[in-house]
Amino acid sequence: MSKQINVALIGNPNTGKTSVFNALTGLNQKVGNYPGITVEKKEGICKLPQGVKAHIIDLPGTYSLNASSLDENVVIELLLNKNDKDFPDVAVVVSDVENLKRNLLLYTQIKDLEIPTILVINMSDRMSRKGISIDIPYLEEQLNTKIALVSTRKNKGIQDLKTLIANYRSLSTQPCLDISIIDSDYFNNLKKTFPNQLTYKLWLVITQDVNFGDIDRNTIEDVSHFKTKPVAALKRLQQKETIKRYQFINNVLKNGQTIDVKAAKDLRTKFDRVLTHKFWGYLIFFVILLTIFQAIYDWAEVPMDFIDGTFVALSEWVKNSLPEGAFTSLIAEGIIPGLGGIVIFIPQIAFLFLFISILEESGYMSRVVFLMDRIMRRFGLSGKSIVPLISGTACAIPAIMATRNIESWKERLITILVTPFTTCSARLPVYLIIISLVIPKGRIFGLSYQALTLMLLYLIGFGAAVGSAYLLNKILKIKSKTFFVIEMPNYKLPLPKNVGITVLEKTKAFVFGAGKIILAISIVLWFLASYGPGKEFNNAETIVKEQYASQQLSEDELQQKIAAHQLEHSFIGITGRAIEPAIRPLGYDWKIGIAIVSSFAAREVFVGTLATIYSVGSDEEETIKNRMAGEINPVLGGPLFNFASGVSLMLFYAFAMQCMSTLAIVKRETNSWKWPILQLVIMSGFAYLIALAAFQILK
Amino acid sequence: MTLAQLKRGKRAKIKDVSSIHIPLKLLEMGCLPGNAVELVQVAPFADPMYVNINDTHLAIRKETANHVIIEFIDE
Repeated sequence: MSKQINVALIGNPNTGKTSVFNALTGLNQKVGNYPGITVEKKEGICKLPQGVKAHIIDLPGTYSLNASSLDENVVIELLLNKNDKDFPDVAVVVSDVENLKRNLLLYTQIKDLEIPTILVINMSDRMSRKGISIDIPYLEEQLNTKIALVSTRKNKGIQDLKTLIANYRSLSTQPCLDISIIDSDYFNNLKKTFPNQLTYKLWLVITQDVNFGDIDRNTIEDVSHFKTKPVAALKRLQQKETIKRYQFINNVLKNGQTIDVKAAKDLRTKFDRVLTHKFWGYLIFFVILLTIFQAIYDWAEVPMDFIDGTFVALSEWVKNSLPEGAFTSLIAEGIIPGLGGIVIFIPQIAFLFLFISILEESGYMSRVVFLMDRIMRRFGLSGKSIVPLISGTACAIPAIMATRNIESWKERLITILVTPFTTCSARLPVYLIIISLVIPKGRIFGLSYQALTLMLLYLIGFGAAVGSAYLLNKILKIKSKTFFVIEMPNYKLPLPKNVGITVLEKTKAFVFGAGKIILAISIVLWFLASYGPGKEFNNAETIVKEQYASQQLSEDELQQKIAAHQLEHSFIGITGRAIEPAIRPLGYDWKIGIAIVSSFAAREVFVGTLATIYSVGSDEEETIKNRMAGEINPVLGGPLFNFASGVSLMLFYAFAMQCMSTLAIVKRETNSWKWPILQLVIMSGFAYLIALAAFQILK
Repeated sequence: MTLAQLKRGKRAKIKDVSSIHIPLKLLEMGCLPGNAVELVQVAPFADPMYVNINDTHLAIRKETANHVIIEFIDE
């Protein structure tokens, strides 16, 4: 009989925990959320020797069991709740060979919960370069467990780890530290009051706001003959506990680990001398950003052209090979162009995720946080806000979740509020297609005008974020402790497997998440565009023929006029023309208006919507871009998408809050409707005014 | 003398930390009495400070460093 073992992977950030997870599960993993909260839950299945299967959870990285954020809370809540279906049979603590001392702190805490705990010492390939040698048998004896010496980079030790997991029953559950030594009266009293509970577990419950199944802090305080202590006294005890733990660890490592400082080659110092330098540090950061944008533009062009062409061919093929009728035209004119509008941006989005993941994996991102903290603080932000602001260029949703490690609530709230200004990948489709229509192709200093325009749009987004943060900092009256600490991890060459999996997962999530919305919207739009009330729509053919009877029109031209007339009097045309007065001063026609309205579900819907509307309105199979280039402004004449309206449209998308998912996540993270509603009203109102001004000045 | 006054490249020993001002997280990362500390790098205006405490590399703000009392060690 095969029984599934529950395994929890736990470890400090930057220890390569996720690499170990990837090595164990391969692509056999899925990413979801913990119920009720937005913390990412990664789980996977791993086959162990002797036909046993392990269900592995990659818990959020944490430095200790004393949680200071929502993500870290997940770890302690799981480890304290024996009734949770994911409660681990065995915990695997992943540590980094270069930071063993600090990593062991978390290990001793988990061991004290009396859960079988395996210690993984990762990045063992760096030992010789750092002059580190470890006496594994000695450490195993002192720490009372089994150790796996692993190098995910060299793919070593994973089999040993699997064997250890399979044999977890033989592990000792003896704690490392007797918690009562830090205050014997207090803890003995606690033990007497709750004889059936683990004292360390009670201690964790008392010192933080975590509820676990059968007992919580209030019940401890309610028991009349047990007096807990004031907060300041508890803090002193926690400090004492930490000192005791480090004493234990130092004693173990004194004999179990030797570091030959002379043998250590320190690349960190050399890199940091340049990368965190007062001048070069900033210059290099700027050059890296510039390179990323140029690359996104240049590298993605070929695959994008290919995808665009393929979808046109596909649509044509469907039209020719399926029997004519409503269903065929729904597929050929509604669904395929709608989906094409999103698939085309996969190359660019994948490149963006690739770069962000490399910046994070290499350890460079922490240096940027360090460099930017002082500057960001002037705007009411934290250096850590730079991570949401950069990863916001992929998507605001994970970016807003990434604000959780900002310690000050005011700095965190401001970061949440301004992050949606950064140019997310959903804006990219809109920018790209409009840039290609209205910005000329030339180059300056080897950089194309189009790439520079894109860079400028990113800077505008960033500027809007920082500028509004400055205002919010002045307006918001919130008192909160400011505090800031960030680890500066060692530089690492990113593991291709990790980067690959991240890019794949994120791109997949983006495409499927957006794909569902786009599919639904393009079907609805197709219906609204293909049907209409009254005789203007139904008798379009006769009406148009009469109107143009005097002119000599070719059959093709006549058909186009009929289609256009029908579209104008379809349900969507009627709606669109109803809102047209509001957007005409911005240089848009009713079709763009419909696209803007539908992109309140998600921005990337814009291109798909236009694709669907134009495709219903014409018989010829053309690329979306060519169709847009052919549109004529109904009032002013000339191309609809010219420099003025193009700039106006891009600015509108730069500032407007058009993403329901972001609003939902802001509501969750701030626990109030006030902030998302303010975001929606202020950002979109501002966007309208700026777009209006831009068109009126440039036209 | 506090950590905020340490010069770049110099090492010292932590003498005392004010547990009201220093959060538990920083203590757990090794900012405890008796541990060695070295200033690796500073950002413009000497804030934040990039330090090596007990072999852990961290960046902290100057205002936090003000609450860490240090003493020089002879090398």
